[in-house]
Amino acid sequence: MRQYEVTFIVDPVLSDEEIKSTLKTYQDMLSKEGGEIVHTEEMGLRQLAYPINRRNSGVYYCVEFKLESPSFIDKLELSLRRDERVMRFLTTSLDKYGVKYNDDKRKGLIGKKKDKDKDKESQQDEQKAKSDSGKPKTNEKEAVKKVVAAKQVLEAVKDTDDKDVQEEE
Amino acid sequence: MASRDDIKFLSNPTIGQRRDKYCRFKRFGIKYIDYKDPDFLLQFVNEQGKLLPRRITGNSLKYQRKVATAVKRARHLAMLPYVTDQLK
Repeated sequence: MRQYEVTFIVDPVLSDEEIKSTLKTYQDMLSKEGGEIVHTEEMGLRQLAYPINRRNSGVYYCVEFKLESPSFIDKLELSLRRDERVMRFLTTSLDKYGVKYNDDKRKGLIGKKKDKDKDKESQQDEQKAKSDSGKPKTNEKEAVKKVVAAKQVLEAVKDTDDKDVQEEE
Repeated sequence: MASRDDIKFLSNPTIGQRRDKYCRFKRFGIKYIDYKDPDFLLQFVNEQGKLLPRRITGNSLKYQRKVATAVKRARHLAMLPYVTDQLK
C-alpha cells in the first residue's frame, strides 16, 4: 500500500460545473479501482508562471490517495493525457515524510507560512509550553517561601515582644 | 596607554568575517520539501529562475537533490518559470 499524489491543472475557461465534474471523474475513477482517497485539496485559480495552451491561469487540484497496486497509475495518467480539460498533471509517490508533511499541513501546523517560520513557531510553542508548565511550580515555591518568611517575621516579632515583656518585668 | 577596550575601529570588524554556512533542512529538521510551495522554493533559485549551487545555499547534498527535484516539479506545474528575468 503506497500513498500517491496527483496534481493537475484544469482549464479555467470552462464553466464551474465542468471544472468540478473533471475532479469528480477522477475521484470516481480512483474509488472504483479500489483506491482510497485520503484528501482532495482545491488550490483554486492560480496565475501560471508561463502560458500553457495560451492560458495564463489555471485551476489547481491535488488528490492524495492510497493504492494497492501501481498498475492503475498508468491508466489514470493515460486518461489525464487524453482529457482536453486537463492542461497539465503530475503524479508523485509520497515517502513517509511526505505523508507526514501533508498530514501536518491539513492539521494547520504548517499552513501558508514558510517552513522556516513554522519551525521557529514550533520552537516558541515548545518554550511556551515549558514555561507554562514551569510557572505554577515556581509560583508554588514562591508562595511557600513567602509563607515561611512571614512565619519567621512573626516569630521574630513575638521574640522581641517577649523580650520587651521581660525587660518591663 | 590605551587599553584594548578603548580602541575604536574605523570600519566594521565583522565585515571581513565569513558567516558559517549550514544546511537549513538539517538544522530545522525539515524532512520533506513540498513542490506545491513556490514561495519557499524561491529561496533556492536566482533571478533567472536557475537553481543556486550548494556553495551559496549551504544545503547538504541529500537535501540539495531534493530541492532540485522539487523545483523541477514546480516548474512542470507552472508554479515556477523555466526561463525568466527579474524573478525577485
